[in-house]
Amino acid sequence: MTKDVVLDHVSIRFGGYTAVENAHLTIRGGEFFSFLGPSGCGKTTLLRCISGFVQPSAGRVLIGGEDMRNVGPNKRPTALIFQNLALFPLLTVAENIAFPLEVRRVGRKQRRKRADELLEMIALPGTGDKKVHELSGGQKQRVAIARALAAEPDILLLDEPLSALDLKLRQHMRTELRAIQQRVGLTFIYITHDQGEALTMSDQVAVMNAGVIEQIDNPETIYNRPRTPFVASFVGESNAIHGVVLSQTGRLATLDTPLGPLTGQAAGGRTYLPKERCTLFVRPEQLFIADTPPEVNTIKAKRVNEEFEGSIRTLYLQAGGEALRLYHMNAAVSAALASGDGAVTVSFKPEQATILPDDPALSG
Amino acid sequence: MNRGVGGGLFAFSYTLLFFLFLFGPLIIMVITAFNSSAFPRVVPWECFTTDWFGLLIRNERLMTGLWTSLAIGIAVVAIAVPFGLAGALALADIGPRLRAGLYAVLITPILIPGVVLGISTIVFWSFVGRKLGAGYDTVFYNGLFLTLLGQVAFIASYAMLILSARLQRFDPTLTEAALDLGATPGQAFRKILLPFLKPALGSAAFITFLASFENYNTTVFTILSGNTFTTALASKVRHGTDPSLSALAVIIIAVTLIGAMVQEAHHRRRDLLRGGRPERSRLYANPLTRLLTHPAAILLILVGCTGAIIWQASHHDAQACRADILSEKQRVQERLLQEQQQRMQQRQTQTPAAPTAPSNNPSPFGGAFNPGSLAPK
Ligand SMILES: Nc1ncnc2c1ncn2[C@@H]1O[C@H](COP(=O)(O)OP(=O)(O)OP(=O)(O)O)[C@@H](O)[C@H]1O
Ligand SMILES: [Mg+2]
Repeated sequence: MTKDVVLDHVSIRFGGYTAVENAHLTIRGGEFFSFLGPSGCGKTTLLRCISGFVQPSAGRVLIGGEDMRNVGPNKRPTALIFQNLALFPLLTVAENIAFPLEVRRVGRKQRRKRADELLEMIALPGTGDKKVHELSGGQKQRVAIARALAAEPDILLLDEPLSALDLKLRQHMRTELRAIQQRVGLTFIYITHDQGEALTMSDQVAVMNAGVIEQIDNPETIYNRPRTPFVASFVGESNAIHGVVLSQTGRLATLDTPLGPLTGQAAGGRTYLPKERCTLFVRPEQLFIADTPPEVNTIKAKRVNEEFEGSIRTLYLQAGGEALRLYHMNAAVSAALASGDGAVTVSFKPEQATILPDDPALSG
Repeated sequence: MNRGVGGGLFAFSYTLLFFLFLFGPLIIMVITAFNSSAFPRVVPWECFTTDWFGLLIRNERLMTGLWTSLAIGIAVVAIAVPFGLAGALALADIGPRLRAGLYAVLITPILIPGVVLGISTIVFWSFVGRKLGAGYDTVFYNGLFLTLLGQVAFIASYAMLILSARLQRFDPTLTEAALDLGATPGQAFRKILLPFLKPALGSAAFITFLASFENYNTTVFTILSGNTFTTALASKVRHGTDPSLSALAVIIIAVTLIGAMVQEAHHRRRDLLRGGRPERSRLYANPLTRLLTHPAAILLILVGCTGAIIWQASHHDAQACRADILSEKQRVQERLLQEQQQRMQQRQTQTPAAPTAPSNNPSPFGGAFNPGSLAPK
C-alpha cells in the first residue's frame, strides 16, 4: 500500500520567477523525508505541487507510478498539514478531525467513533467538543495531524508544523511525530528550516537553496559529508578556511591557508589540481586542543573569548586573521586551557574536515 | 466625557438637544397618532383615540401596497443575495489588475440615481418586449416584474459590498485544506465558506429587504399602474395628510423596537456563551432569569404585551369624548356667530349708509379695500 513519490525534473515558475528549479528525486514509501532550506527557497511551493495546488511548469509528479497531472488535490492520496494548520474555526475539534469522513458520507456515529480514537492517539481524549480556539498551540498541532490521518492518506505532507511552538514543546513534538510515523507506517514528507528537526527525524534529507536541491542524503552524510559549500555552512556550525590547493594524495588534499598548510578530505572523491581555490570546512566540535604537538593540521591560535554552555564550552579563537570556533567538552581536561596566556594549539583529524571548491560550477 | 475638564452644563445641554433632534419628531408623531383631531397635531389635544389605526388598516390601497411590497422584498432578497455573493466571490478570486475594473462595474448601480434606473428599466424592457413582439399583457409590461428587475439591479450591489467585507477576512487556505482532505469544491463551499459567511448573509438579506421595501425613486416608475406600500403612501400624502400616517409610524417604531431588543438579547447571550464562562454571570446562575433572557422568550413577551395593548385599544371607544368635543365646538361656533351678529347690528346702527357687510364679501381681498372696513368700530 505504500506509494513512492517521484519528482521527475520538476520546475515551478511564477511569471518570470523560478521558485523550484529542476527537482529530481524519489521518495520511497514509508520513508520520513525532509526538505531543509532557508526561508523563501521554495519548500512550500514544492509541497503544494505534490499535493496538487500548484501545477509544475515543467516535469511530472508521480505518486505510486501514476502521473498526477490531471488529478485534483481532493483526488490525490496525500494530506497536507499547512504552515498555519488551517483548522476550521467554526467546527469543534471532533468535527474537524471527522471532516474527511464527513465529505465521504460516513455516518455520524462512525465519524464520532473514529474522531475519539484519533483523539486518544494524539493524547487529547475528551477534547472533542471543544472549539478550536480553546486549544493551545501544541494541541492544535496534534489536532491538525489527527485530521490529516483521518483522511487515511498514503503520504502525509507537513509544512513546518512545529515552527510556531516553543522549544520544549517542539522537542516533545519531534519525538511524537516520529513515533506516529513509525506506528502508522506512512510516508512523511516534512518541510523545515530547522536543521535540528530535519536531522533528528528524517531517513532522508534534501537540502534546498534558492529553488535548487543541493544534496539528498541521510542525515549523517549530510552533516559529515556535505557536497556543496551551502550545505556545509547551512547544516550545523562550520569553520570555513579559504585557501589554494597544494597537493592531493588519494582522498586527502592539502591547502595552503593563512593558518598554514591544512589537510582535509576532498568532498565526493574529487581530484583537485594544484592552485585551485578551495575552502576547508571543519566543525567546531571536530577542532580540539592539542596538548602535545600534532602531526598534521597544527593551528597556533589565540583565545579571544569563551562562553560556558553547560556540557560544552565555546572557545572563540583568532588564528592567521580568521575567527574560529571550538566546542570543548567540559568533561575533557586540558592543561592548555588552564594556562593563562591565551595561546593555544588546536588541530583536527584530516578525515573529519571537508574540502570543497569555491567555484560553484564545480560543486554538486 | 471628562467631567474634570468642565463644560458639564454645555455637554449636558448639547446631549439633550441632540436627543431632542433625534427623537423629537418621533415623539410628536406618536402623540398625534392618538389625538382625535383630523389634522395630525398635538395641541389642541382633543380626545385619546385609536381610530386612526382602524382607518389605516381599512385603507385598501395601502394594504394591497403592503402585500405587494412584502412579496417584492422577499423576491428581491432571493435574487439579490445570490447575485451579490457571486459578485463578491468573483472579486475575491480575480487577479489584482482586473479587480479594480470589476469592482467599478459592480458598484456603479449604487452611484446611478434611482430615477435613472427606474426609467431605463422600463425603456429597456419595453424595447425588448417590442422586439419580441410581446403584447401588453406579458412580463415586459408587468409592474411587479419590472420593479423586481429595477430593484435587483442596484440592491445586489449592496449585498455584494456586505459579503465582500466578510469574505476579505476569510482564510483561503481553509478551502484548500477542505479540498486536500477529500472534499469536492462544492462540499468545500457548502461546509466551510458558507458557514463562515452566514452572519454576513443574514445582514445582507436584512439590508436588501429594507432597501427594497423603502425604495421609491426606482419603484415609482417601474411599478407602472400598480402600487407598492411606499408609492401608495406617497400618493396619499400628496392628497393631504391625516393621523393614520402617524399610526403607521407608531406601528413601524414598535416593530423596530421589538426587533432591536430581540437582536440585542441575542447578541448578549452569544457573547456570554462565547466568553466561555456563562456560569459566572448572575443571569445564568438562575434558571428563571436565564430562560427570561433568551431572545425567543423576550420576543414572546414583547409580542404578547403588544397584543394585549392592541386588544385593549381596540375596545377603546372615543365616541363619548368626541361627541363632547363636537358639542363644545358647536358651542364655540354659535358664540362666534352671535358675537358677529351683534357687531353687525351695532355697525348698522352707527353707519346705516355703509354698503354691504364685511361678511360674505365676494372680493378676493377679503374686503380690505372696502372703505367701510376702515371705519373705527
Ligand atoms: N503564488 C505565488 N506567486 C508568486 N510567487 C510566489 C507564489 N508562491 C510563492 N512564490 C515565491 O516563491 C518563493 C518560494 O516560496 P515558498 O513559499 O515556497 O518558500 P518557503 O521555502 O516555503 O519559505 P518559508 O520557509 O518562509 O515558508 C518565494 O520567493 C515566493 O515569493
Ligand atoms: Mg513555507
